[in-house]
Amino acid sequence: METKKKVRDFLSRFIGNAKINDEDNIFDKKLVNSLFAMQLVVFVENEFGIVLQNEDLNLENFKSINSITDLIELKKDVA
Amino acid sequence: MDKKKIKCVVWDLDRTLWEGILSEGDEVGLRNGILTIIKELDRRGILQSISSKNEYIPTMKKLKEFGIEEYFLYPQINWGPKSDSIKRIQEALNIGIDSFAFIDDQMFELEEVKFSCPEVECILAERTDELLNMEMMMPRFITDESSKRRILYMNDKKRRELEEVYDGPQQEFLKTLKMKFTISLATEKDLKRLEELTIRTHQLNSTGNVYSYDELRQFIHSNRYEVIVAQLDDKYGEYGKIGLLLYEKRDGQWIIKLLLMSCRVMSKGVGSILLRYIINDAKRAGVSLIADFTPTDKNKIMYITYKFAGFNELSNEGESIRLEADMSSLSSYPDYVEVQEDTGER
Repeated sequence: METKKKVRDFLSRFIGNAKINDEDNIFDKKLVNSLFAMQLVVFVENEFGIVLQNEDLNLENFKSINSITDLIELKKDVA
Repeated sequence: MDKKKIKCVVWDLDRTLWEGILSEGDEVGLRNGILTIIKELDRRGILQSISSKNEYIPTMKKLKEFGIEEYFLYPQINWGPKSDSIKRIQEALNIGIDSFAFIDDQMFELEEVKFSCPEVECILAERTDELLNMEMMMPRFITDESSKRRILYMNDKKRRELEEVYDGPQQEFLKTLKMKFTISLATEKDLKRLEELTIRTHQLNSTGNVYSYDELRQFIHSNRYEVIVAQLDDKYGEYGKIGLLLYEKRDGQWIIKLLLMSCRVMSKGVGSILLRYIINDAKRAGVSLIADFTPTDKNKIMYITYKFAGFNELSNEGESIRLEADMSSLSSYPDYVEVQEDTGER
């Protein structure tokens, strides 16, 4: 739950008050730019102390609050 | 003289830019020939600023009276050390301190700057007549972008100030900029700027490759290669040519050899838009789309740009990675930007 809240807080800085559900595809809302993508990856790595491999870096893993949370939980378990 | 090139000249005012000393009540007048020098440096794309020990308001009023205040970015008019002023200008412009020159009539000021910023080129005011003929004041190329560089930086300043006071989400802010993105085939007249772009950009270069004017020229005249160039404008004016995409056309397959964009537009989605454009174009042509990627210690952001644009790794040999676009993904442009494709029929 804690993880999901952190992810949501982070994303809300970019999306603002627009209502966003846990399963909403954030890239459908046309959010991707290099800086945002990079910030998102850096946020996941630093905030949760995990290292993402090249194969983790794909849109599928970052497309919604749920996917990002799943990715973090999975990587945390490995670490 | 070495190959050093100056990108920003910082001027003192009293007895350097003008005759006399403003704060002592002198009726100051611009020194002979100064106006010509200022205008010519500006045309060459060399930025200019001011470091002067004076009161801010009367000094700016004087510059306005002479009609030259618009030539100076982030003027520093205060009683602090000039080295501090130069550092502040350097931070605001975000260009290397070793590309700065400082002009003053007092040895003391030149020494003070030299002491804390040894990389700065210090020039005595009496040598200003020679300024335009100095090798370091001659850029290798003067492009459309050079003569507009000051305006580009001023627009950046306005945008940044606005972004700072803007309270809403980033995405909404981008919408307010009314960005217009133009994609076109590179032509001869783009070459100087494109070479400049490949030389100036390291972080946002997908292969780390740098191409010379002649190489780029061969690409645009070759049937096997295409060079796509992107330009961005918004309601504050032009950013100029800020993105480049080079690809090779093979049977049934296009291979992206280089994707790069100017750091000034990192947050504007330029890379993603260019990739969406080329994916759509490859789809229309019925070919698959490959991208060569070479990791450097700086360009991870470009790898992520590819992956988030729907590219997957095909092979990875450490120093060279090959990616392939997933053609099934739906590719429309972001709604905060108007995209104009100006690449004609092929």
